[in-house]
Amino acid sequence: MKLEDQRTTVYKVDPEHPESATLPTLRTEELLLNMGPQHPSTHGVLKVVLELEGERLVKSTPVMGFLHRGVEKLAEDGTYHQFIPHTDRLDYVCAMYNNFAYCRAVEKLMNVTVPERAEYLRTIVAEVQRIIGHQFWLGTQALDIGAMTVFFYTFRDREILLDWFDELCGARLTTSWYRIGGVERDFTPSLLSKLRAFLDYFPPKIDEYVVFLEKNRIWLARTKGVAVISAEDAVNFGLSGPTLRGSGVDYDLRKYEAYGAYPKCEFSVPVGKNGDTYDRYWIRVQEMYESVKIIRQCLEQMPAEGSIMADVPSVTLPPKERVFTNLDSMIQQFKLFSQGFDAPPGEIYCGTEAHKGELGFYIVSTGGGKPYRLKIRAPSFIHMGAFDFMSRGYMIADAVTIFGTYDIVMGECDR
Amino acid sequence: MMHPIAERIQAEFPEGFVKAVEWRGDLAVTVSRPALHSVAQFLHDDPRMDFDYIVHVSSVDWPDDEERFEVVWEFSSIRKRHRIRLKTRVPESDCVVDSLTDIWKGANFMEREVYDMMGIRFRNHPDLRRILMPDDYDEGYPLRKDFPLRGKGWRDTFEFLNERA
Repeated sequence: MKLEDQRTTVYKVDPEHPESATLPTLRTEELLLNMGPQHPSTHGVLKVVLELEGERLVKSTPVMGFLHRGVEKLAEDGTYHQFIPHTDRLDYVCAMYNNFAYCRAVEKLMNVTVPERAEYLRTIVAEVQRIIGHQFWLGTQALDIGAMTVFFYTFRDREILLDWFDELCGARLTTSWYRIGGVERDFTPSLLSKLRAFLDYFPPKIDEYVVFLEKNRIWLARTKGVAVISAEDAVNFGLSGPTLRGSGVDYDLRKYEAYGAYPKCEFSVPVGKNGDTYDRYWIRVQEMYESVKIIRQCLEQMPAEGSIMADVPSVTLPPKERVFTNLDSMIQQFKLFSQGFDAPPGEIYCGTEAHKGELGFYIVSTGGGKPYRLKIRAPSFIHMGAFDFMSRGYMIADAVTIFGTYDIVMGECDR
Repeated sequence: MMHPIAERIQAEFPEGFVKAVEWRGDLAVTVSRPALHSVAQFLHDDPRMDFDYIVHVSSVDWPDDEERFEVVWEFSSIRKRHRIRLKTRVPESDCVVDSLTDIWKGANFMEREVYDMMGIRFRNHPDLRRILMPDDYDEGYPLRKDFPLRGKGWRDTFEFLNERA
């Protein structure tokens, strides 16, 4: 039948019996919407295919891999030391914590104990990185859902810390400051005084961020009761970090595995109640206060003098100043980077509480200088696994909130 | 002296249990492929085990072994605070293993990644598709050991590179 005929038959009304006319009913169907891969709220390159009924999400299918660089395969081609800069590029806004997680895994494999001062330095920098991560998260999450001002405030303060990183290791984002068995260089007096000044400056600023949001009706409407997940489901999906604690599960590896200098510090782990986006926001804000507390305690307790690198010449690097003046140290450095150390055969898993969640490294060694297999347990990837479950029934605009609430970074998600 | 968790698994599944290794404080239990799903169910449901949290799913390729692939699950318990690594071996000729998505929903994406990277299929998986590589990628599975570690394609046309190798 031709289109025109169809039209006449459908609308044709018998003049004798006008009540028998059948009006065409409105056609309803599910709409398929491609969100991304180029979308500012996806924090990288992520596509999500959304099945919609009106404006409600019926099903969402994340399509990932746009930033897949084969980091796990690359790891098999380099020595353990050579992999550290690759970890910077996983979660590229929080490189320090990735370095930390990786170095801890290799130290577990090699059974290296880190000297006390180095543990404190590592913990301080890790917490500074956590503050940066949460500032970044808060700014972008608020920006994504329409509260723009907070972004300028968090990024103003984040800049101070990034400059501090710059002074510490010469890079703002891709830091590579951690080393297997210790850290690359010590704090200078200038760094210490700048950090102390920041600790006094920062807590009132967190209050300032909160003022923008706590009474903002749009913020509350878009976070309270959005993307609710029960504690049972959150655990079943393997969520971690603030995303898990928002549902009321008290699970923080800093307490539970007690690595670094954390066991010597007193801090609390904020836990949410409702498992919604607002609780996860609240947890992250509280964690910023806690991080300040941890850094203060570390600065007080840290031994004034001491080695910053474990003294295991077969594994750890020699001090940089000796590499340039002492032939043996130069050979040691050269051999460690080109051939690597001889790792014992075996396998370990070591998880670390990064600000997004549990960042873990599973390393299989068959001896020799290169890992046989290195698997990265990336929290962003695992959180994306729960995206479909958590987004069902919410509005399209909430999809943006849900990406944000996981604090995903696609570099880590796709590896 | 075996780890108490490993002992429990051996007592419950005398036929499925293969070996238990404890190294650097990590417990790794290898079970046979047919027993895998029931062991996992036991680990999840038994109150003494209580492994409610899935940490990661991974795989290792051992090309020289008779059963080439090793699939690795890592579980932890939020309440009991212990961890276990569960492993099973899969031959290349019959590259299938039971999916654990019905026990831990989080296993869905993790198993898809293992399939994508190593080519191990998961029985009863709801949506077994490639996840990181493109859907139409047909050059094999990148994390297998026979997948070239360095460049492939245009680079291979440089004869001097091939000669040196």
